[in-house]
Amino acid sequence: MKLLGAGIVLAAAFAALPLITMRSDLLNLGVQIFLAVVLAQSWNLLGGYAGQINLGHAAFFGLGALVTRTLWVGGTPLILALFPGALVAMLFGLLIGVPAFRLRGAYFAIGTLGLAEILRITIGNLLPQISTIPAAELTSYNIWPRYYLTLTMAMVSVGVVAWLVPSRLGLGIRAVREDEAAAEATGVSALRHKLLALALSTALAGLAGGAFAYYHVSYYPQHTFSPVWTFDAVLMSYIGGVGTVHGPVLGAIFYVILREVLAVKLVEFHLIIFGILFMLVVLFLPGGLVEAWSRVRQLVSRRT
Amino acid sequence: MILAQQLILGLLVGGLYGLAAAGLSLTFGVLRVLNVSHGELLMLGGYGTFWLFTLWQIDPFVSLLAVAPAMFVLGMVLYWALFQFVVKAHEETRIKNSLLIGFGLTLVLHALAIRLWTADERAVTTAYAGAVLRLGGLAVPWLRLSSLVFAFAILTALHLFLAKARWGRAIRATAEDWEAAALMGIPVGKTYLLAFALGTALAGIAGGLVSISYSISPSIGMEWTLKALIVIVLAGLGSLFGSFAGGIILGLAEAMSVVFLGGPYREVVGLILFLIVLVVRPQGLFGARG
Repeated sequence: MKLLGAGIVLAAAFAALPLITMRSDLLNLGVQIFLAVVLAQSWNLLGGYAGQINLGHAAFFGLGALVTRTLWVGGTPLILALFPGALVAMLFGLLIGVPAFRLRGAYFAIGTLGLAEILRITIGNLLPQISTIPAAELTSYNIWPRYYLTLTMAMVSVGVVAWLVPSRLGLGIRAVREDEAAAEATGVSALRHKLLALALSTALAGLAGGAFAYYHVSYYPQHTFSPVWTFDAVLMSYIGGVGTVHGPVLGAIFYVILREVLAVKLVEFHLIIFGILFMLVVLFLPGGLVEAWSRVRQLVSRRT
Repeated sequence: MILAQQLILGLLVGGLYGLAAAGLSLTFGVLRVLNVSHGELLMLGGYGTFWLFTLWQIDPFVSLLAVAPAMFVLGMVLYWALFQFVVKAHEETRIKNSLLIGFGLTLVLHALAIRLWTADERAVTTAYAGAVLRLGGLAVPWLRLSSLVFAFAILTALHLFLAKARWGRAIRATAEDWEAAALMGIPVGKTYLLAFALGTALAGIAGGLVSISYSISPSIGMEWTLKALIVIVLAGLGSLFGSFAGGIILGLAEAMSVVFLGGPYREVVGLILFLIVLVVRPQGLFGARG
């Protein structure tokens, strides 16, 4: 309940920000944070709750961006262009998930890693030109709708996870993560629950990609398939606290702000620092910031 | 004729896929950790060979004598710093954590390589680089042929080591059943260290051969990791020569795709093979033993 309150206050503060300040650097930072929240939360839904490691999240982000950008630049209204992007991302997710989830082990991770890399190479070959918003659209470019669109998406992604987790389906998903055999024995279909988590996760990643395509003026289509997007999503989930609703949000805010500070001073070095930080979290603090915080609180309450 | 020529080139590159896969399957088979940064280790080996040649004109086949031990030591360091913590976990967590650690390492090594050596493509160009063996109307580049033979020789040596040597047998016993191996007095931790270092050295040798016959850049890692993974899914674990054969099959399949579909779709073939194995032969390696 306390978390819900904190979430509402945070969302309201972000929603009010454009009314207080017009500084475009702050609004752009906001868009980056919201996109990061969607990306992290979508990875967390599958990786944290269903326990399936997706090493090719960039594939679904990229597919969403590709489809939405093509439709939107072609004249389709944005809202109608976003959903096909999410749908295509979801279909590609199921393409790997349906065969891979019948098995345990590393098949799914390899399949997603392969999908992302193959799409990156193929898209780079087929669409080598930079993609730019048409001039007519460019003159009316405004940060406001981008800001509120991505904020809404971030709230939706957190809302979906918060709604799913305590529900019957969410309990099933977590039961499958803990012990597949035991879950099957109590009548929970492991395959169906994993596929549900995958479908939601990839659709959200596709939406994030679509928002990126709407937000960014010009980029190489290949860029949206770069493994860096996967890395961002995994890292933010783990640093914040994987398998919790608020962890990825904290992780996204922490990561994006720190990245902006570090990237200015240490070009490319920031990836090395974050990579090492990520490995340390996985090995020694698997609950991320959320776990660190509760440990600190325990220490304090023991003292008093 | 074009098909035959492409198939020869596919066969030659396939041997290197096999060598890359052999290292990965050694670490996966013994430690049960799936190191997705294997391709980045290969990239580092390639830079080692490249710099030894560029700075001191050391013949690339000779410099492998220095690169392989250096990569062996790097493998020991990585095991000591990271993977020894991963192998402490249970089977399922072990694979999961190894994937995450490997992925983090991928990003770090990639960024480090760009920082140190820029993103340019490089290749070792020896005096004998252009030599070609003519077979009828077909051209077989000598360098790639000798790389294939070299790869085969390395795998044969490793096979003999695993079959005959005391430590080789310890590695095989640990792969079979580490608990039983521990009960028989085999130091499992040291065996893990040795297997991981050997796998890293194999990656380094493969990278050296890649820098001789093809080209290297900081971003080749992911591509080579995938080739190795696809070969393992195709050929299974446990046999070094199985990996070698699987690599050649992948090389030939890619060659055919270049002829019939065109260059841009070359990389898609691996994923399609992967999906076919998943649907047709799902009892394959990772499912049954992983």
